[in-house]
Amino acid sequence: MLQTNLPHVESGSALNEVLEKNENVMLCCGRMGPMCLPVYGVMEQCKDEYPNVAFMDMDFDGPAASEIRRLPEVRTFTGLPFTLYFHNGKLVKATSSIQTMDQVTEILDSVFEGES
Amino acid sequence: MKTDYDVIVLGGGPAGLTAGIYLGRARVDSLILDTGTVGGQTVLSYSVANYPGVEETSGYALSATMLRQARSFGATVKPYAKIQSVQLEGDRKIVTLADGTRLTSRALIVATGGVPRKLGISNEEEFTGKGVSFCATCDGDFFTDRPIAVVGGGNSALEEAQALAKYASRVTVLHEFDHFQAHPWVVEEAQANPKLHFLMSQQVLRFEGSEKLERVVSRHKATGEETSVAVDGCFVFVGYVPNSRVVASLVETSERGEIVTDAALATSVPGVFAAGDVRAKRYRQITTAVADGTIAALSAIDHLTSRAAA
Repeated sequence: MLQTNLPHVESGSALNEVLEKNENVMLCCGRMGPMCLPVYGVMEQCKDEYPNVAFMDMDFDGPAASEIRRLPEVRTFTGLPFTLYFHNGKLVKATSSIQTMDQVTEILDSVFEGES
Repeated sequence: MKTDYDVIVLGGGPAGLTAGIYLGRARVDSLILDTGTVGGQTVLSYSVANYPGVEETSGYALSATMLRQARSFGATVKPYAKIQSVQLEGDRKIVTLADGTRLTSRALIVATGGVPRKLGISNEEEFTGKGVSFCATCDGDFFTDRPIAVVGGGNSALEEAQALAKYASRVTVLHEFDHFQAHPWVVEEAQANPKLHFLMSQQVLRFEGSEKLERVVSRHKATGEETSVAVDGCFVFVGYVPNSRVVASLVETSERGEIVTDAALATSVPGVFAAGDVRAKRYRQITTAVADGTIAALSAIDHLTSRAAA
């Protein structure tokens, strides 16, 4: 289980519920490793600045991750974490490997424009 | 936001957090600023087994404990601070943030650590996460039964190559020199691994592939001969660079950009101290960073005391 201060998505049905209930979702699917931890930290920091975005994480080795791994957009990904951005239930952006605060906020500002 | 402190610490890794602990316990009002997640390079260590008194833990857990300790003794810790500039001359040190906030202190400790060195070739970013990686424990299992490359020739490169060989079908080690910088026993073990193959005196020119990495192209530094190695992944372990940019023009630094200090960890500027991987020293470990943080904090306290008495 991920030891972060973010809400965890632990099943496929939970993922569907999150996507139905939230217009904007940033989901980080990873482990507790050196490339993932900084992204969780960035997300925790962004929570207040982006109140209309739901920041969630998911265990890459958990059952729910199969929903993410089968997405065509992550087919070429070989670096953890897989970070996904959903708008109205649709995947609008996905990144592989570590992301900085600047990289994340640039994406949040572009794909969820006007939502901060 | 409060803007004036006794001591500002730049960097929230083990050196900076230790300084915060010592300053806090001495009831010195301190602020620790970090430009990213607090914890420094310690967070990059999946497993820490050589920290005295702690048999085994994760770098993340160790950093989290240090952070709690520093805060419990009164240190203010601010992650994701965007530092625009620093002024070190005079009795008042000034740190200006990108939003214009001016933070002042009577002493300053630079504990900004190091950052992993990248190859710096043009398409390195493009392939990061799509074959190029900097973390074997994170991404090694994506390459089970696949050929990979490892760039580097120090202890980290060879040890990680060994770890990756458990997954990969073949590991090609590309190193820029004609000899390894790793400890002899590390080199010996690596050379004895039948899955590891070595290309020496190589300059990596570029990564190639359509949607993801397919080849690493390098050139022999002496002969100029180009080699293209078919791989699905490439792990880069070519050392660290000191994160001294914010103060490099203001204090004495070595040829490599490391901050030069005396035995009390004082820099060339009165009231400014340096601790941890950012300073010029031989060994870089969590324990040496913690020791530096301690010394820098105590030296900063001495500085404040002597200034107050004058």
